[in-house]
Amino acid sequence: MTAQACHEPESGDRTPDSGERLRQVVVVGNPNVGKTTLFNRLTGQNARVGNYPGITVERRAGTLKLGSGDADAEVVDVPGAYSLAARSPEEQIAINSLLGLGGLPKPALAVVVVDAGQLIRNLYLVLQLAELRVPLVIALNMIDEVSDRPPDPAVVGELFGAPCVATNAKSGLGMEALKQEIAKILAVPRPASVSIEYPAALRPEIDRVAEALPKSWRGSVERDRALGLWALSSIEAEDELEGIPDELRERCRDVEETLGKDHDLDRDIIGARYAFLDSHADRIFGRVAKHPPKRAGSARLDRFLLHPVFGFVAFLSIMLVTFLALFSWADPAIKLIEAAFGGLSKLLEAQLAAGIFRDFLTEGVIGGVGNVLVFLPQILLLFLFIGLLEDSGYMARVAFLMDRIMRALGLHGRAFVPMLSGFACAVPAILATRTMERRRDRLLTMLVVPLMTCSARLPVYTLVIAALFPERTLLGFLPLGAALMVAMYCFSILMTLLAAAVLGRTVVRGRRVPLILELPPYRVPSLKSVLRMMWERAAVFLKEAGTVILACTIVLWALLSFPRGEAPVTAPLAADAPAETQTRPAPTKAEEIADRSARLEHSYGGRLGKAIEPALRPLGFDWKIGVGLIGAFAAREVFVSTLGVVYGVAGGDEDTAPLRDRIKHEKRADGRPVYSALTGLSLMVFFALACQCMSTLAVVRRETRSWRWPAFLFGYMTVLAYLASLMVYQGGRLFGWG
Amino acid sequence: MNLAQVSRGQLFTVERVGGQRAFRRRLMELGLVPGTQIELVGVAPLGDPIEFLVRGASLSIRRAEAAEVGVVRVEAALDAAPELTRVEPELGARSAT
Repeated sequence: MTAQACHEPESGDRTPDSGERLRQVVVVGNPNVGKTTLFNRLTGQNARVGNYPGITVERRAGTLKLGSGDADAEVVDVPGAYSLAARSPEEQIAINSLLGLGGLPKPALAVVVVDAGQLIRNLYLVLQLAELRVPLVIALNMIDEVSDRPPDPAVVGELFGAPCVATNAKSGLGMEALKQEIAKILAVPRPASVSIEYPAALRPEIDRVAEALPKSWRGSVERDRALGLWALSSIEAEDELEGIPDELRERCRDVEETLGKDHDLDRDIIGARYAFLDSHADRIFGRVAKHPPKRAGSARLDRFLLHPVFGFVAFLSIMLVTFLALFSWADPAIKLIEAAFGGLSKLLEAQLAAGIFRDFLTEGVIGGVGNVLVFLPQILLLFLFIGLLEDSGYMARVAFLMDRIMRALGLHGRAFVPMLSGFACAVPAILATRTMERRRDRLLTMLVVPLMTCSARLPVYTLVIAALFPERTLLGFLPLGAALMVAMYCFSILMTLLAAAVLGRTVVRGRRVPLILELPPYRVPSLKSVLRMMWERAAVFLKEAGTVILACTIVLWALLSFPRGEAPVTAPLAADAPAETQTRPAPTKAEEIADRSARLEHSYGGRLGKAIEPALRPLGFDWKIGVGLIGAFAAREVFVSTLGVVYGVAGGDEDTAPLRDRIKHEKRADGRPVYSALTGLSLMVFFALACQCMSTLAVVRRETRSWRWPAFLFGYMTVLAYLASLMVYQGGRLFGWG
Repeated sequence: MNLAQVSRGQLFTVERVGGQRAFRRRLMELGLVPGTQIELVGVAPLGDPIEFLVRGASLSIRRAEAAEVGVVRVEAALDAAPELTRVEPELGARSAT
């Protein structure tokens, strides 16, 4: 009633005093019911994104200001669920956070969001929650879409013993009323309730399962029975649930055996629930028992968008725009960021005295922060597109259209968008795997996406092709360079599909799960929600992956800069520097470059390059390429500039001409050129396959919450790259090339 | 008759839902309990999966799984727009009223 009355609804629980810990309001609902929009409405600008402990399911939380003397509440968004019958860790999160199991706090109440246009089916979840005696507030959302035959909130509320409010989260309709009902239930806790009559044979068995529940789960008789029902329909040999006591598992198996083949448990339980809902449909809708009309507009749109011909044309166009956005629209912003950090570096260089501290700041710190921020434009754009695709209802159609093809590779239909994004950059692509529900699908996609030709490979391909392949045309019209570039793209796609087929059958096998896809009605996306999600995702990336990338950049910088001062300033390399460098700018510049290249040769990185030379020789690489590869671990494009330093050639990413000439004319001791076209091919194949991108590894680490998967990713890709390069080089020599 | 064999423009009633346990339970939870009306809406451009209308929602499953869902043809001619009428559920109806 008053603010003081806000103690925990359940007795005997841990009693955090309300002053310190906010009472928790959980927002649940089926997918596509406007849950996120409603959550945003409730929390205003206060949402934060975090992770559920030990698993990558995002948990968004925010503060609900109730105002007028009532204490605030914490609102938590749980993953969308059709029901509480959990079988996977992801689904388990929903039930754990609703019931306060598995170490999660018990919520004070649940706001269950239902689509007023899908009412009977959505009420299935409400019914399960009411059976579990969770205090509820029901939000009949998107009420405007069924204005011609609106359901009666009073009847729905009465049915489940919970307040029910008609809302439209997009326009804000009913939100004040919803807040008031939340405040009321928070003040005077009142569990929802419903009574379903299950087949007589089932009842004693439900009680038997309830008896096996662990003490800490138990509450009222009704709740125990509901938990027993949950256990009966969730626990089985193949589930992936955690924290289920052996005794409960055993009891469920026992009950199933007792009931035998004559009783179809699932049909009995689910059938009884739907029978209850259907029998009240007349009252809910106030007319003959008919479901609200389906949204005819969506069906009409689908006739075009899912058409065998036009559908694919539309699909390809949409994907092309997404791809172009990532590839070229983001480019100016990326260039700008790079230029800004370059400028900052120059500024510091001019201001500070030369030395280790200056180098650390300019090359380590600023370079590192730059390495993180360059991803921002692509990540923001990708999430803008994904958000629009999700929100409009098209993402489900992508899965529908692509399922046939993707399934053949063991991939989820929704893996298509991340795969395509992989052409721009693996980092946002890996973040995009979030659109898949199952951990196994996400993992498999994450493990193969880095094989797609990302934009960072392009500078390397360009350099190698320009330096080592003659300017010829194939068949009289096709430039050799372009043909090679296309070949590298095809190669990468082929290897990605191959890797998916192999890894999906070995390392990340997992059960084969039949597809059930709901195609939601098309809706105009809420730009506010999309922008908000875009920013939240980017913030998580900056915070978690960013720190790892920054740390790695600094370590790599140190590797290539230490030890210092051991190399004489007039290093041997400076002496045999090519004519090009001699004639280039001022002698001081040439000296500096020579000095840097000498330093690099004597650095730990340089020594490492020499140390691994024996392993690289069969691939056609010398130690200088080795140093380049070590430098390229940070990011592939660094290869070009590292090579520039190794060879003591000015010019970086922008102007590779001097470096190109240098590579062309580099000779071995016996006078043969170091680089042949075959070396170039071998090098490109290596770059196509090797995981030289710590940002990718940092993101995989963030998404899987373990070091095991990034380590595996790095390992398998490196081995693959090595073997493929070996085959190319040695095979080529066998044929007498190079 | 099963769901993989139906053609467009006809109404069917779900008779039984088979297949893997997780799958059949999820289908039933989505409202495909025996007695529910179902209609084929379309087929993906590559022939699989197929799309159905159930309780006003559009659901897609693959052909292989659709073959596990037994259906019977609703004989009554319903040439009007197939508004989904509620079919009396065969289970637990006693409990309700």
